[in-house]
Amino acid sequence: MNFVIPAFAPAIPEMVLLAMASFILVADTFWSKKYQFATYYATQLTMIVVAYFIMTSFATAQVITFDGSFVRDSFADILKLFILLVSFGIFLFSKEYLLQQKFYSGEYFVLGLFGVLGMFVMVSAYNFITLYLGLEIMSLSIYAMIALRRDSSEAIESGMKYFVLGALATGILLYGFSMIYGATGSITFPEIAQIIDSGKADPVVLSFGVVFVVIGLAFKLGAVPFHMWAPDVYHGSPTAVTLYLGTAPKIAAFAIIYRLLAEGMPGLVHDWQTLLIILSVLSMVVGAIVAIVQENLKRMLAYSGIGHAGFLLLGVLAANPDGYAASMFYIIVYAITGVAGFGMIIALARTGNEFDKIADFKGLNGRNPWLAFMMLIVMFSMAGIPPFIGFFAKVVVIEEVVKAGFVWIAIIAVVTAVISAFYYLRVVKAMYFDKAEETAPIAPVSSQLNWAVSLVSVALLVLGLMPSSLIELSYQSIGLN
Amino acid sequence: MIALSDYLIFGAILFTISMAGIFLNRKNIIVLLMSIELLLLAVNTNLVAFSHYLNDVTGQIFVFFILTVAAAEAAIGLAIIVLVFRNRKSINVDDLGSLKG
Repeated sequence: MNFVIPAFAPAIPEMVLLAMASFILVADTFWSKKYQFATYYATQLTMIVVAYFIMTSFATAQVITFDGSFVRDSFADILKLFILLVSFGIFLFSKEYLLQQKFYSGEYFVLGLFGVLGMFVMVSAYNFITLYLGLEIMSLSIYAMIALRRDSSEAIESGMKYFVLGALATGILLYGFSMIYGATGSITFPEIAQIIDSGKADPVVLSFGVVFVVIGLAFKLGAVPFHMWAPDVYHGSPTAVTLYLGTAPKIAAFAIIYRLLAEGMPGLVHDWQTLLIILSVLSMVVGAIVAIVQENLKRMLAYSGIGHAGFLLLGVLAANPDGYAASMFYIIVYAITGVAGFGMIIALARTGNEFDKIADFKGLNGRNPWLAFMMLIVMFSMAGIPPFIGFFAKVVVIEEVVKAGFVWIAIIAVVTAVISAFYYLRVVKAMYFDKAEETAPIAPVSSQLNWAVSLVSVALLVLGLMPSSLIELSYQSIGLN
Repeated sequence: MIALSDYLIFGAILFTISMAGIFLNRKNIIVLLMSIELLLLAVNTNLVAFSHYLNDVTGQIFVFFILTVAAAEAAIGLAIIVLVFRNRKSINVDDLGSLKG
């Protein structure tokens, strides 16, 4: 046996992130008494530094290192940059929320950083072990984040639910991995793809493996019929954590779907395509219909997220590079819109009133016209109304699914999009046409929040007016591989 | 000589028991935690069996990773259970139903 030292350079962003997160973890115990916000600023600085490291060494070609377990390509780099961008926004909103709800602590940011590290590893995973480790680094951080509010019975309950179902999903995914390993004798994605194409693997064992893997992924993504955890967890978690778990991890979840299905098992497309069609259609329908009856905005956004998962899968089930690129664009747009949506709830939350019921939004136009208008942009973008960016996200995935020959799925997608417009517009109606129970003007507790929420919402409009650069970015990054 | 399929059937039985434990259990949260561990052990059995019959050591290395992470996972799970008990004075699964809709 000869041991070759692997190339460490492609993994420098992860290493910097890990070093910083570990440093902040220790330093926080010393800082927290003297300088309350030191951990927060160090976290945000880490985001910027890591983004700098990625941009200076942006991958133009695929680099594989650590004996085929880690990959760096432009797909990974672009998703990582967006994970950083989204997390930067998340931490900015979270700091204000945690302060105001009086459970500000450095642990939130440290766990958040480790979660980002997990997402990075997932995005760059090129074999089962790396993928599993990334997934667990991220999930374990999120379990702890939900339970961070120790005195809230609801938060603990949703933490418990998320833990059990998350662990179950990981177990099912691993069971699928073990089957695929048994059939192919390899755990590295390109090797698996090669062995499947050569026809040497046992097709029955492989099919078993694919079914379990897809179920595990569906659990993680919150696609119907494996969605039952999502509404409870979104509702019960502190809004800052809902904001975290509802946005950035979805980008990483898309990345592992792409790596596993598109890069690892392109030869089994007929097996997983059928499964994805079922998941996607059910998710779109359930997401659109059940959200109508929700009174809690966080719960409604959870069902809306389930619907969005269905739309995301549309591009993947098209099973060609253009389809994957469309899904990539969709998930980036979804994450940014999610930050805006949950950010709005955080901006309006008060001590003692989470401002997460749709009734709370009644007459918001009279109380704060600017924020009401921003919320209108967010809701319109989620509903997919032009000229906001959400419209283009839906257009590209539906276009790809039509090109792939599934016109009936596209029709269902359009119908569910119209149905879901109803509940988004219900929020708009509450803001503009309903009488407020309280008429006192309301403003975010800090001007920073006001700026942040306005910036994200206006970005949805600006991106919607010129969507081509973001779309092109996604198409190029998939095409390069 | 024990055939590969025997190990796989054993793994499948473990998998089924753990699934039943998670979905049918209405008594105790700790049983949920045990079921999750059993699920991971089913995976480990599969991996070791395949690894032996394929003459490839990768599967066994994978098992080490799964065992280590399972320990970390159990630690977090038990910590959450302690919090549940502090808040509700009960670790009954049926008492975890305040969020429904």
